[in-house]
Amino acid sequence: MNIIVIFLLICGLIFFTGGAVGILRFPDFYSRLHPAGKLDTMGSLLMLIGLALFNLHHFSLGALLTSLKILLIVVFVFLSSPTAIHGIVDAGVRAGLTPWTKGEERR
Amino acid sequence: MMEHVFLYCGLFLSFLMLISLYRGVFGPTVLDRLIGANAIGSKTVVLLILIGLIYGRVDMFVDIALAYAMLNFIAVLAASRYFQKRKGLYDEVE
Repeated sequence: MNIIVIFLLICGLIFFTGGAVGILRFPDFYSRLHPAGKLDTMGSLLMLIGLALFNLHHFSLGALLTSLKILLIVVFVFLSSPTAIHGIVDAGVRAGLTPWTKGEERR
Repeated sequence: MMEHVFLYCGLFLSFLMLISLYRGVFGPTVLDRLIGANAIGSKTVVLLILIGLIYGRVDMFVDIALAYAMLNFIAVLAASRYFQKRKGLYDEVE
């Protein structure tokens, strides 16, 4: 049981690391939204599923309710994080930011 | 033994939040700063449940994490709706 939890936590940390490095190093506003939208959602999904599994270690009704609440957070993050990123993209398009093309300076 | 795993996971997650804070402070436009704030918020939800498991009070911290996830979503959505009407977004790039 503990091995599965540690495996899920480390997979989630790898996804979070990719998201942070992508936000730091991509050249443009629109390309920076790509790791922020996908990798953070996948990382928090894996880590929260691992923590909900660990919480059921000593089984009781209260622990089951807490794990169900953690899964509710998973569903909410899975719905809300891409929606928030899409809102930021829409704001960028309406404000008139032009996308980066190859050969331009990084900004 | 698992408490140590959670502690080092939380420390590494805080280090990743520090990396995302760079984009929040030095981002060229306002919307880049918004990306940094959103990344920090989505890491904080996981960090709150890790803290709850370390302290043994996860039944209390899970409600705080749920409220924080909703607050992060509403704050980012409201800020992006607000900044699309600003004309001064380009002034900061040049």
